[in-house]
Amino acid sequence: MFALLLLHLVLGVGIVAAGKLLGRRGFAVAALAPLATVIWAVARSGEVIDGEPVTESFTWVAGLDLTIDLRLDAFGLVMVALISGIGLLICLYSLSYFAADKPGVARLAGVMTIFAGAMLGVVLSDHLIAMFIAWELTSVTSYLLIGNDDTNPRARAAALQALLITGAGGLVLLAGLIIIGQEGGTYLISELLADPPSGSLVNAALICVLIGAFTKSAQVPFSSWLPGAMVAPTPISAYLHSATMVKAGVYLVARFSPMFALDGGWRGIVLAVGAVTMVMGGVRALRQHDLKLLLAHGTVSQLGFLMLLFGTGNDHIAQAGIVLLIAHGCFKAALFMVVGIVDHGAGTRDIRRLHRFGPGWTPLRIVGLISAASMAGLPPLLGFIAKEKALGAYVDYGDFAGGTLVLVVIVVASIFTFAYSARFVLGLWGVFCEDGDPVDDAGEVIAPTHPEPHAPSFGFLAPAGVLTLCTILFGVFPSLLDDLVAAATRALDPGAEPSHLHLWAGVNTALLLSGLIIVCGLVLTVLRTPIEVGQRRISRSTAFIPSSEDVFLAILRGVNTIARVVTATLQNGSLPIYVSIIILSITLVPLGAFADDIGELPEFVESPIYIVLVALIVSAAIGASISRRRIAAALMLGGVGYSMAGLYVARGAPDLALTQFAIETLSTVLFVLVLRFLPAKWEHQTPAIATPMRLAVAGAVGVAIFVFALSASNARSDVDEPSMSAAQIVAALPEGGGKNHVNVILVDFRGWDTMGEITVLVVAAAGAVSLARTGRRRGEPGPEFEEVLDEPIGDEQLEMADEGSVT
Amino acid sequence: MSARRPPHPDVLMPDQGRPLILVTTVRLIYQSIIVLGVYFLFAGHNLPGGGFVGGLIIGAAVSLRYVTGGLPAVQSTFPARPHLILGFGLVTAATTALVPILLGGAVLEHGYFKLHPPGIGELKVTSTLAFDIGVFLVVIGLVLLAFEAFGDDFDEVIDGGSAS
Repeated sequence: MFALLLLHLVLGVGIVAAGKLLGRRGFAVAALAPLATVIWAVARSGEVIDGEPVTESFTWVAGLDLTIDLRLDAFGLVMVALISGIGLLICLYSLSYFAADKPGVARLAGVMTIFAGAMLGVVLSDHLIAMFIAWELTSVTSYLLIGNDDTNPRARAAALQALLITGAGGLVLLAGLIIIGQEGGTYLISELLADPPSGSLVNAALICVLIGAFTKSAQVPFSSWLPGAMVAPTPISAYLHSATMVKAGVYLVARFSPMFALDGGWRGIVLAVGAVTMVMGGVRALRQHDLKLLLAHGTVSQLGFLMLLFGTGNDHIAQAGIVLLIAHGCFKAALFMVVGIVDHGAGTRDIRRLHRFGPGWTPLRIVGLISAASMAGLPPLLGFIAKEKALGAYVDYGDFAGGTLVLVVIVVASIFTFAYSARFVLGLWGVFCEDGDPVDDAGEVIAPTHPEPHAPSFGFLAPAGVLTLCTILFGVFPSLLDDLVAAATRALDPGAEPSHLHLWAGVNTALLLSGLIIVCGLVLTVLRTPIEVGQRRISRSTAFIPSSEDVFLAILRGVNTIARVVTATLQNGSLPIYVSIIILSITLVPLGAFADDIGELPEFVESPIYIVLVALIVSAAIGASISRRRIAAALMLGGVGYSMAGLYVARGAPDLALTQFAIETLSTVLFVLVLRFLPAKWEHQTPAIATPMRLAVAGAVGVAIFVFALSASNARSDVDEPSMSAAQIVAALPEGGGKNHVNVILVDFRGWDTMGEITVLVVAAAGAVSLARTGRRRGEPGPEFEEVLDEPIGDEQLEMADEGSVT
Repeated sequence: MSARRPPHPDVLMPDQGRPLILVTTVRLIYQSIIVLGVYFLFAGHNLPGGGFVGGLIIGAAVSLRYVTGGLPAVQSTFPARPHLILGFGLVTAATTALVPILLGGAVLEHGYFKLHPPGIGELKVTSTLAFDIGVFLVVIGLVLLAFEAFGDDFDEVIDGGSAS
């Protein structure tokens, strides 16, 4: 399994690297990875369906107990079949979709392969953290795929939106996964399933997990990125945004529901969010003119449906979810492919421009019709089996709080699903075609079709045809899927008792509800024009209600504004304020923690000389704070240092004293060197409050360091083990070969630290010197320090960014 | 655009007739300070001192040199470019840290051997000395670099600075 994931990664990176050499042939190379995965999955399917998961473990960071545990159970097998099966078909489809000479096509193929590997990682990882990493990798690769057309600002914006929403959700998810792993005592999903943790902390973690799942699966209110992501090339949309990535959230909910559905608010939240999403997506799909956007909103709706089926924790309802997962993968990928072919051949996807093309288009229309019928839930197709199973399961097992309400929502939303499926088919048949030059909502004329629309070749249509055949085959003979679905249900919930799938289960409530859906859907289809007009009117009159898109943009702007305000406040160009903020935060923030640790107070005055030295230190420090001349302040600081060195001498620490003396001497000299470039006094440019402020900051730092020293000397009072410094002093001569403990510790025991310190010294020296040289170059008068500071930083970049987003 | 600000009169800045006493004193004690710095470097393992302090002492000698003779005096005393000294010190320290790995030991593992040069008695040389020399050179390089960056050729400042 690990080899397969690696194959995806290596192949993907290789294709990206080969780039232009491959062109669209990159997709042919990319097809190898899903092909290998499909072959492997088929070879292993027997034992997996028999309930013997394939496992592999690979220790990654031994010290942190991080392992990559891969585990293929039957539910994983369903996901792998979708990811790699559809992935293979998408690769073949892309070969016809893309022209060879288009730049970035190979990159698309490569990144898609990496994405497929990441997606496999999500469904194969048994370890929560490994799964999370793969999860984030799908977000990142999705960003690259949506934004592949890097000259198109809309593509970049949509990519960024998808990344920000799914990435933010991912962070919340990580928090949730870590809490669950810590509380449960294991990060392995298979072990958690046997003994799920509980408690209020776990409930909070579950909400985090749900937020992660909802962002990924485009649930309300995080759904806005999915329609936006439709700027990606159609094969990508077909793959990521219908069949695979958006299913990751559903997958997570499916895995977790059997463990946690009854804890806290899990079931209630999932059902509420899923219900709203299912209805909203359906309603929005009904007013789309772009076939691709219609499908995108339809996908949002179907994802909500899947949430409703997987989120209950009931095994029968989850079984229906698994069937719907397969059915949705088949018909939605096929429908997206159909849209891509229409776009490719006709030059537009807008149903107001699509007229009834010639007989060469008939196979395409039939493929679209059958897949859309499956989406609508018409017999004898797989979508019908799934919907029937879902309705039946909810009728029989939806006896929990709100179960009936959810059933009603499913029926209503399914009516919408029927209606938008019909809208798709009618659009494909050219029913909405308008004469003249139809305009869109913004009042712009929609681009017309190609003067000579060309019908798709056989190879172009074949992948969609294969999926449609699956839809028919599994619809007519659902028993073919029986074993797989039953095993997958048991993989999710070991106590499950899955039932058989039937095309004809006799006249029951579910069948009657299906009939009701079809009848109502037909009515909606007939009344489509008034409904569309009414929707438009409602959406116009409710325009003041912010959509999730508006909220997203408002948050983005808010973050920018806050960043600007914070930066303007903290980074205002005043060095004294920078320094005050830095030293106040490093001293005052930990002060409370240190203050708790003060134990017995040591004897402060061991000898009268202490009093003299401390008095010197204090008066020099106060002098430095209130001095009006820079040079005097620098000398006062030197006085503090020398008195400090005196204290070291009095305490019997010659090494420290020596170093302190030398440092003070040099730093005073360097101070003098630098101060020559600054005005001698500073009082005329600082407000009256400056001196008291300086005193206050200095006093606060003094108190904080004092408290820190007290608590540090007391830190080991409650530890029984012998202190390390004592051990090092004993070992200095025999092991370090030196009598000077300080030096042995510096160059031997803690030599690595010293190594780091001198490296920092070198870096700091290089930085300081190059800064100084920018200010004053030999021979030519450089800008003054103040001028350098006054220059607004980054304005040019911002301007460039603005221009970039306009073009 | 105005040129570099002229040095402030408050700052100790010898005029063309440099303070004779200072110049003479520095000339007398300069070598002794250098020897003291080197002594601290070598004595450090058993007595107070070490590469860091040794380097700082040398740095103090450099600053005396600067005060009496300006940048040219410093540069003529240390012909190697400061960044070379700095880099050489870092490389020396890193090499001492890494060589034990090649010999099959741990990072920074040290050994020592004893010499008996005539007249001095027993001289114990530990490989930590090489590490300390690295630290020593880094500190010296740092001080020299600072003088290069912020210091001036006095004559240039006094003659050219006021003219521009």
